[in-house]
Amino acid sequence: MSDTSVIHDIGYQRYAGARLGRAYAVRALFEHGLRVAFGLGRSAKAKIFPWIVVGLVTLLAVIAVAVRAQTGETFLPYQELPSVASLLVLVFLAVVAPELVSRDLRNQTLPLYFSRPIKRSDYALAKFAALFTASWLLMAGPQLLLFAGSAFSTGTGAGAWAEARGMLGGWVVSALYALVFSSVSVLVASLASRRAFAAGAIVVVFMVTTPVVGLLISLGGDGNLAKLAPLASPFLLPEGVRVWLYHADSLPIGSFGPLYALVTVLLTAACTLLLLLRYRKVSL
Amino acid sequence: MPLIATRSLTKTYPGGVTALSDLTLAVEPGIIGLVGANGAGKSTMIKTLLGLLAPTTGEVQVLGLDPTKAPEQVRARVGYMPEHDCLPPDMIAAEFVTHMARMSGLPRTVARERASEALRHVGLYEERYRQIGGYSTGMKQRVKLAQALVHDPDLLLLDEPTNGLDPAGRDAMLALIQRIGTEFGISVVVCSHLLGEIERICDSLIAIEGGRLLRADRIDAMTTGTDVLAIEVAEGTEQLSAALAERGLRATAEGRMLLVPLDDEATYDLILRTVADLDLPLHRLDQRRHRVAELFSTEAPTVQEATHV
Repeated sequence: MSDTSVIHDIGYQRYAGARLGRAYAVRALFEHGLRVAFGLGRSAKAKIFPWIVVGLVTLLAVIAVAVRAQTGETFLPYQELPSVASLLVLVFLAVVAPELVSRDLRNQTLPLYFSRPIKRSDYALAKFAALFTASWLLMAGPQLLLFAGSAFSTGTGAGAWAEARGMLGGWVVSALYALVFSSVSVLVASLASRRAFAAGAIVVVFMVTTPVVGLLISLGGDGNLAKLAPLASPFLLPEGVRVWLYHADSLPIGSFGPLYALVTVLLTAACTLLLLLRYRKVSL
Repeated sequence: MPLIATRSLTKTYPGGVTALSDLTLAVEPGIIGLVGANGAGKSTMIKTLLGLLAPTTGEVQVLGLDPTKAPEQVRARVGYMPEHDCLPPDMIAAEFVTHMARMSGLPRTVARERASEALRHVGLYEERYRQIGGYSTGMKQRVKLAQALVHDPDLLLLDEPTNGLDPAGRDAMLALIQRIGTEFGISVVVCSHLLGEIERICDSLIAIEGGRLLRADRIDAMTTGTDVLAIEVAEGTEQLSAALAERGLRATAEGRMLLVPLDDEATYDLILRTVADLDLPLHRLDQRRHRVAELFSTEAPTVQEATHV
C-alpha cells in the first residue's frame, strides 16, 4: 500500500459499550416478529399477502364509514368488525404464524437464538406476543378508522365520547379474537416446520368443527345443545364471550356466558403452556 | 483463570447414549482445537458449554461462569457457529446479522455498525446487501461466522466451520479463524474431525473419543520431546549403541536402526562424532517428525528425510 493511500484498515475493534440484557433481546425479537408479520424489511413478495388482508379489513371499515355518512345508519358497529373480519384474520394468521415460527424451525435458526442471552420460553412468548399484536392491529386499526369517520360525522363532543367508548369496547373484542386465534395458530405452527403444512393445519383446526357446530345450532333450536355448541369451535368462541360481556345477540348462548369466558381462558392457557413445553423439548 | 474447565463432566442422553464420559480438563485462552471422530461428543460438548444442554453429572465452567447456573451471562459473552445450515434464505445478510447482534443485546445503531464490520472482517463487502439464499456455501459459512462474531464475544465456539467447503475455502476459513484468535484477541474453540486441518492453527488441542478425553494439552507440549533421530549403520550397531550410551544418549534399537531422542541441535554433532570415531559406515541419519495425529494413533511415525546429513 502506498504512503498516499487514504484507505486505512483500522482492523478489528473490540466493543466495550453497553450490552443490554435479556429484556432488550426479547423486545428485539418481538419487534422483528411484528415486522415480519407485515412483511416489513423483507422482499416485495413477502409484503403482498399481509397487505392484501389489511386492505380488505380496512375496506370493510371504509364502506361502513361511507354508509354511515350517507344514510346515518350504523351498518357495522365497532364490536362486530372482528366477527365480520374473522375469516380474514384467520387467513392472515394461517400465513403469518408459519412465517414467524415454522420458518425458524425449517431453517434451523433456533440454535442461533438459543445460544444468545434469552431463554427458550422468552423466544416462544415473544413470537406469541408478536402474532397477537399483529392480529390485534389488523382489527384495531380499521376500528380506529371507523371511529375517525364516525366522530367526524357526529360533530358533537358527547357524540365523539360515546364513539370513543364504543371503539374501546371494539378493541377489547379485537383483543379477545386476537388472543384465541393467535394462541392456537402459534401452537399449531410451532409443530410444523413446513409453512404450507402449518398454514393448512391452522385452517383445519379452526374450521373442522365449524360445520358440525353450525348444524347443532340450527338443529338444537332453543335447547341447551345449541347454546353450548359454539364452545367446540375456536372460531366462534370469542364471539360467545363477546355476547356475554356486551349482551350482544349474535350467538344464542343463553346463560352459559361465564362458561364461554372460562373455556377461552383455559384454551389460551393450555395453548401457551403447550407452546412453552414444545420449545423446552425442541431439538437443536 | 482457565478459559474452559470441566470436572467429571458426563452427559447421558435419555435414550441411554453416553455422549460425554467423566471429562476433566482445563484449557487456557487461545485457539483450541476440539477433535474427535463424528459422534465423539464434540457437539454435545459445545452445547454443554453454551448451557443448552445440562450435564448429567459433573461441573463445567466457561469464562469463570457456570453455564448451568448463569446461561444468559455465559451466552452474552460467547459466539456460536453451528455445524449445519442455520440461515434464513429470504433475509438480507446485513439485516440478519444486525438482528442477531440485537438479540445479543447490542443497541440498534451499534448493532447495525458492528454487523457491517463483522461481515467485512469475514470478507463480505457489497454482497452483504443480497439475500442469503443466493449465496454460495462458502459465503454462507462466512455469514454464520459473522453472526457469531458480531457482538464481540470473548469466546467463539465453532462447530465444524470448514464443513462443505472446497480446499481453497477451507484454507481461507482457517486463516480467518487464526486471525480472529491472534489479531482480534478472541479465544476460539474449533471443532473438527480432521486433526491435520486444524492442528496448524491451534495453540492447544482437546482430543475426545467416544465421549472420553484422550488428551488435552498445548500443541507445543504435545510435540516437544517427541522428535527422534533414526540412525542406520551398515555394521556395528551394538557397538554404536554402547558408544552413544557412554556419551549420555539413550539409543533404542528398532529393526536395523537406532532411535535417539532429539534434544537439541548438538545431538546431531554428537552422533556424527561418535560414528566418525568408531569409523562406521553411516547409511542414514533421519529426523522422524511426530505430527500430533500420531499421538492419537497406533501407526508408526512417518519418516522424513532430514536435511542435516
